Amino acid sequence: MKRSRLGPWLAMAIGTAYFLIPLIATFEFSLRMKRGEYSLEAYRVVLADPRFQASFGYSTLIAIATILMGVLLIVPTAYWIELKLRNLRPLVEFITLLPLVIPAIVIVFGYLHTYNSSSWIPLIATPRGTDLLLTFGYMTLALPYMYRAVDTGLRSIDVRTLTEAAESLGAGWGTILFKVIFPNVRVAVLSGAFLTFAIVIGEFTLASLLDRPAFGPYLQLVGANRAYEPSALAIVAFVVTWACMGLIQIFGRDRRATMAGR
Amino acid sequence: MKFLEIENLRKVYGAQVGVQHFDIAVERGEFISFLGPSGCGKTTTLRMVAGFEQPSAGSIRIDGRDVVGLRPNQRNIGMVFQSYALFPNMTVAQNVAFGLKIAKRPDAEIKPRVAEMLQMIKLPQLGDRFPYQLSGGQQQRVALARALAGSPQLLLLDEPLSALDAKIRASLRSEIRDLQRKLGITTIYVTHDQEEALAMSDRIVVMSEGRIEQLGTPFEIYNRPRTRFVASFVGTLNILRGKVIDPAKGVVRVDEQDIRLDQQIPNAAPGEMRAIALRPEAVTLGETRPDRNAMKGTIEEVSFLGAIVRIKVRFKDNLISLDTFNSSASPPPRRGDSATVTFAPADLQVLEGVEG
Repeated sequence: MKRSRLGPWLAMAIGTAYFLIPLIATFEFSLRMKRGEYSLEAYRVVLADPRFQASFGYSTLIAIATILMGVLLIVPTAYWIELKLRNLRPLVEFITLLPLVIPAIVIVFGYLHTYNSSSWIPLIATPRGTDLLLTFGYMTLALPYMYRAVDTGLRSIDVRTLTEAAESLGAGWGTILFKVIFPNVRVAVLSGAFLTFAIVIGEFTLASLLDRPAFGPYLQLVGANRAYEPSALAIVAFVVTWACMGLIQIFGRDRRATMAGR
Repeated sequence: MKFLEIENLRKVYGAQVGVQHFDIAVERGEFISFLGPSGCGKTTTLRMVAGFEQPSAGSIRIDGRDVVGLRPNQRNIGMVFQSYALFPNMTVAQNVAFGLKIAKRPDAEIKPRVAEMLQMIKLPQLGDRFPYQLSGGQQQRVALARALAGSPQLLLLDEPLSALDAKIRASLRSEIRDLQRKLGITTIYVTHDQEEALAMSDRIVVMSEGRIEQLGTPFEIYNRPRTRFVASFVGTLNILRGKVIDPAKGVVRVDEQDIRLDQQIPNAAPGEMRAIALRPEAVTLGETRPDRNAMKGTIEEVSFLGAIVRIKVRFKDNLISLDTFNSSASPPPRRGDSATVTFAPADLQVLEGVEG
């Protein structure tokens, strides 16, 4: 008996409309800066704004630092857990999920309390120290995504046997990690990296409360004072985020094609 | 001094004993197999030799040097794993060259060595392929080349053929043995396949429940099993229960019929019940002769297997299985027929331990 497909299509149409109509409306509004015609004037103004360039550049830099530090922290940790401490996996998974249930504002107030200028580690006493603290904060926020991506990658290879094979051939831990493990979880690390980038580039709470010139606070500032530019910025941020998602898909597809050949 | 000496090796996991009372001395260039069912401790022992597991007690000396406490990368061993363990991100040539690069051998030496190893495993044209582009047999050959490229002093193989199909397994088995003979490398081979162990090894260590059941040549293990476990694990075997009548003369009574052995029954008292092993191929139907034992029974089952006819003869409590060749001139016996089976005294082996 042929079942009606109307229900699923209707649900999909409603869902699509729910996502697309605000996006299209925002995009359409961003094109109306010049009276009586559509133009990219709002984009020109935004992209020419030195504060946009500075904040976007700053956030990009912090995102890259977050990714590098995150990879260096998480890949060896996840590797060691997979190799030697499998019984700790539930605990580590729980810890990595905490940033999803603890609001960023709670984390940042904790940071301000712990690392203020009169504390043992006065990170927020200097701008570079605050940048470092912001990077650590972003590492925490990205932890659930980065850890899961890396963990999935590690589970897809036989970590233990590859490690033992490399060890029997004379390799030390550094060689094993950088020549055997990292290259084989490259796709997973990249997925985690793009997700981290997408999170960092639009983050507001940590950057604002730590008073750093990031893209998130800039978005908020422009949104509070201008009409058309915030829409253009929203679209730009959206494109950046989706570009990251697209890159994950591309690398993910390459991986699947490789696996299919096995 | 032997090349590899393992003394009183023991491994415990909490309250569970993985390996115990493990003593063995291996000659240089010898091919020795650890044979046993899953969980018997054979892989654990191999992993202790490799350095992946630390013994709870005992010593392991390779070429006179105590290696307990050394990391695997300090032991100069080559290891081949069941799952091949080729590095997926590297080509075949890069995999083979991996150990040489770690050892910081000059490029001028690495390239010809890799070519030599690929030639040795008969895959000279596949150096640029990635592991996923190779069949299982090819991958395992590459793994073998990789393990041997650095000229290790000891080669360890952990069930290397288990993941392959029967045909590839048989051909790779003889290739591995030929290579080992050619290179003269001392080799430990872990397997649960008794045919593999019998076909390849100079000596076999049969293991059960973490301890050595018997150590001997394939001929000794097959023909002179010491325990019921070895007898039942290696090959197909008839195990008869018999009462010791005269241990000095080697006479036992099986289902009220006396049979004799060609030797005394050590550590046995008259009246004790003992298990006696008898290979099916040592048994013939009919042909009674004074120098052979003869037992009268009834045909219980006849299985026609083409070239072979498998016949089971029932006595009172015991059953003997024997194989005869099919012959168009003489059809096989029928169920229920009376039959006499004969076997030489030398083919009987009284197993250790009193039967309940």
